[in-house]
Parts: sequence; C-alpha cells; structure tokens
Amino acid sequence: MDSSVATPPAQKGPPAAPVQQSPRKKAVEGSATWQLSDRIGLAICWALGLLFCAIAVAIAVYLFLQGIKYLKPSMLFTPASAGFNQAESGGFSDAFIGTLIVAVMGISLALPAGVGIAVWLVEYGRPAALARIAESTIESIAGIPSIVLALFGTVIFSSTALGFLSRTSEGIVFGRSFFAASAMLSLVALPLVVASTREGLNAIPQHVREASYAVGKTKIATVRRILLPTARPQVATGAMLGLGRIIGDTAIIVVLLGATQNFAPVGSAFPLNYLRGAGTTLTNFVYEASPTGNLNQPQKAYAAAFVLLLMVLALNAAVDIVHRRARKAGTWSH
Amino acid sequence: MESLIPVPPPIRRLPLEQTPPAQEVAPPAGAGKDGNGAQPASGGFTAARRSIGAPQFSIRRMEIDDVSVSYADREAVKSVSMPVRQGEVLSLIGPSGCGKTTLLRSLNRLTELTRTATLSGRILLDDVDIRLIEPTLLRRRVTMVFQQPNPFPMSVFDNIAYVLREQGSRRVRRKTLEPKVHSALQRAGLFEEVKDNLDHPALRLSGGQQQRLCIARALAAEPEVLLLDEPCSALDPQSTQVIEDLIVKLRDDVAVVIVTHNLQQAYRIADHVAFMYLGELVEYASATALFGSPREPRTQEYVSGAFG
Repeated sequence: MDSSVATPPAQKGPPAAPVQQSPRKKAVEGSATWQLSDRIGLAICWALGLLFCAIAVAIAVYLFLQGIKYLKPSMLFTPASAGFNQAESGGFSDAFIGTLIVAVMGISLALPAGVGIAVWLVEYGRPAALARIAESTIESIAGIPSIVLALFGTVIFSSTALGFLSRTSEGIVFGRSFFAASAMLSLVALPLVVASTREGLNAIPQHVREASYAVGKTKIATVRRILLPTARPQVATGAMLGLGRIIGDTAIIVVLLGATQNFAPVGSAFPLNYLRGAGTTLTNFVYEASPTGNLNQPQKAYAAAFVLLLMVLALNAAVDIVHRRARKAGTWSH
Repeated sequence: MESLIPVPPPIRRLPLEQTPPAQEVAPPAGAGKDGNGAQPASGGFTAARRSIGAPQFSIRRMEIDDVSVSYADREAVKSVSMPVRQGEVLSLIGPSGCGKTTLLRSLNRLTELTRTATLSGRILLDDVDIRLIEPTLLRRRVTMVFQQPNPFPMSVFDNIAYVLREQGSRRVRRKTLEPKVHSALQRAGLFEEVKDNLDHPALRLSGGQQQRLCIARALAAEPEVLLLDEPCSALDPQSTQVIEDLIVKLRDDVAVVIVTHNLQQAYRIADHVAFMYLGELVEYASATALFGSPREPRTQEYVSGAFG
C-alpha cells in the first residue's frame, strides 16, 4: 500500500505538457492542482473582481447614455431658474461653476499644506513626539465624516471674527460661503494629499538624498529640487483623490455653502462678493434635481451627474499623464 | 534609446598593462596554490594586472587622526589614523561591516546625518579640522560617489548644473553653465557619449554611464578629495574597467579614496591600501606591499582569500 501511494496514477488525465514547449515566456502555476477550497476561494475573488468591474462599467455606460440624451451645452451656461417644467427651469451653470470654485479653492489650500506636512513628517520628523501626534491627528481627520466637519465649520465661520468671510445681517454672521465650504473641504482632501506625498517621498532611496547632500546641498535645496519633483506623480495622485472627495462631497455643501441653487453674492467687490456668498455644487444639484429633491427634474440630474463623471475622468487622465511622464524619466535600480 | 549609445564605450587600456614593470611585486604568498594559472581570463590576481605606475607625486590633503565612530553603543570605527594623499588612490578594504564605509562617510561628515552617530578624534582637510568647516562647503571640497548609480531624475545637463548652482536656485543661465558642465563630463570621460543627448533623462543612461555621470557630478564641485563607496559593485565588468581607468586618471587632480569589496580591484588601482577588520585599521601599506607581503596575519588571511 505504502509504495503505491508514492506512484502517481499513470493513466489518469492527459499527460502534462513539457515545460519547454510552452509558448509562455514565464512559467505559470495552474490552479488545476490546487485543493478544492483554494480553487473556490480563487473563483470567488475572480468573480468579485469581475462583478465590481461590471458595476463600474454599468454606471459609466448608463450615465453616459443618459447624459448624452439629456445634456445640452446650454445647461452649462444657463443658471437655474424657477419654472413649471424642466424646459423652463434653466440649466445648472451656477452649480457647475460652484463645483469648480470649491475644487480650486479647496485643493489650493489642501495641496501646499498637505505637501508641507508630508515633507515635515518624512524629511524632518522632529520633534519626534510632535510628528507622531500630527501623523495620527491627520489620519483621524481622514476618518471623520464630512458632516461632522461641516457642523464644526458652522461654529467657526459663524463667529463674529470671521464675519468678513460670509454674509452678516443685523449683527448675526451667516457663516455660509464659498470660503467656509472650501476651507472645510480642504480638510477632507488634506489627509489624502499627505498620505500620498509621504508615500512618494518614502519611495525615494536614502542614497539619493545623500548624493545631494554629498555635493554640498542643504536639506531645503534637496527637497525642492530633487525630492518633490521626484514625488510629483504621487503628489498628483493625492491631489486627484482629494479633488475627487471635494467634488463629491455634499454634506459640507449643504451645511456650509447654503445649497442655494443660484449664487448669492455679498457686496459688490468682484470676485470676493461671490466667494463670500452662498451657492451650490453639482453634487447638491443632482440631489435636488433627483426625484427625492425639491426641484424634481431627473433629466437634469442625469445631465449634471454626467458632467461630474466627465470631470472625474478628466482628473484621472491628467494624473495618468503625470505618471507616464515620470516613468519615461526612469527610476533608480534597487 | 539605442541612439543614446552610438558606439560602445571604449575600453582604454594603459600601455603599462601589457608590459608590467620588472620590479613589480612578487606573486603573493597565497597565489602559489593556483600556480597552474587558473584564472587569467577572470582578471586573476596576477602581477600583470597591476596597471598603474608609481604615483608621480603625492601631497597630503587629509589626515585621519585617531578617529572613532560609534552608532549608539556600537563602535563601528576604532581609533583609525591614516593620511589621504593627492596623486594617489587610497583603497579601503575589509569584510562587510568592518567600518570602511563609515570611515569614508565621516570624511565629509555624512555620518552626521545618522543621529546616533558620534565621532571622536580629528579629521584634517589641508590642516583644518573638518568640524570647523561648514558642512555644505566641506561636502563640496570632499565629494562622494555611491554604490548605487544615483543620478537625479532630471536631464544629464541638469544633473551637473544642479551641483554648479547655488543651493536650490535656478537663476544662473544654461549658457553660463555650459562650459563647466561640459568639462565635468569630459573629466568623467562621458562627454563624447552624451554630448548629443544632454537633455535626455539621466536615469535612461546605462548603469556604467550613470555611474560616470555621478562621478562627473562629484567632480563638478571641483573637490579636493573624491570619495567612492564601492562604485563598481553594481556594474558589469566592462563598465568597471572604464571607471577604474578613470579613477586612476583622476588621482593627479584629486585625492581619491575608494572603498571596495573587490580585492583585485584594489590591487589594480590603489597606491595605498588600508585593511580594516571589525572597526580597526589592521594594516595600512602600499598596494604592492600589502598584497605581496602583508605584515599582519589577519591581512594575510583575508588577502589570500582573493587568490585561493
């Protein structure tokens, strides 16, 4: 009995093809020899991967078809207005521009701050205790729901000292403006920028830094001319992820931007009057225009959602270009 | 990418290589075992391979005086003293972890980047204690090339220009820097190969070209001492040969200190060799003496590993 265990059954199954004749360059392990449980596990992973791929494709295709059907270019240039049906209620230009404003303002706060923090944490990291605290604080910001940030924002931006950032009437600070919303949205994007930049800086071999120090360069010069340019793809990725969060956020928009479907400028000093006033963004417009919302114009909801999708895809493409350029420049062998 | 390397890098052989001087060292003691001439092709450790003549001159540039370096509570270098001379190549050899890289890094105060490192003793550069020299200035006078080729992720030109410019500034024009960039590349023997591709990304060069770019970068600062930390360990034999020839050429302009694991390499290019073991300097002698007739039994043992 024992001896027969060691000999494989000679007739069962087709003979294994000799390795040399395989057209593949690399040897690939087939799952045919695996245990049943492992094969089921693999099948589940495989199916889940395809399933989510299918979901993403379905969303994109559906939005694309609906968007093509309903989106008219005029919607991007016509502000929303009161009307009896969808044909009379204008477009969503204010929401579209509002999205652009919060995206630009939010990321222009989050990007320099995030990169600066990451440089401090990775390149300096001193005092060590403080750096550790900052690190875990930023990580915990990433976990705070944006509605909580929004609520906190109302406390800050309704204070009299910050009244100049929004509307004040009869001594009461309104606390809702593009300034307030962008500031809080930048907090949403910040952890992503920090994490991604840190990852980029950590990926640079130590000897590259030393090579810069070894020709008499200071740390600052090294960071500016060598490290940050090298980490540019990761910084771009962080900015893209952050922008995605900013564009996609609704809680802060409702609470801190007022979610008025038209701009509500304060005063007359352009462009500050718009930034001090309330407004809305595409995500909020989609919500309001959906059957659940107050506007109830689902066709425009699809059109606006399609515009959002295009913006996110454009961001992805931009980051891809940065990555591809960096790959072309090459990297160090390890 | 192929256009970057129009012709393979020429292998310059010094004439002395074919006709070794008669007074060259007697075959080292350990070499007797492979008396059948076992590895002539592998660059075997034979007298014929010692390619350089005696130094034309030597000027003492640095003086390592009773230097000890510790990391936290581990002593990596134990009271080492030796001179570093221009006109000569000094090679530090020894098994891994013997402190030779640490000693090399302490010569331009790179050890200070490691927070736990402490140094005692004195290192003099032209009779001035290097601790009195501002680190960035010191590191321009004592530059370094690393084990891994590590050009910066920018163009070939910018790699050199970065060194020439003031810290992080970009103010100096390209035209102004051009002559210096070209001469640095020429000194590193790289100019002919890259002169048409100065705007190419440096990380797209071959490994050997990258390492020579790193040498060019180190030379661009017009240093007095050039430190090389196993510069050929990541390179193929052909590139190694090119860089070795380059190092020998450079010894008249700068004092060269090279750390190497490759004993044949040390024998081929060094004028003086320092053998370190467990942080101690076991023996410091001329290359011919150290490899031919080591005084210390430990040196004897280590060096004989090269032939047997």
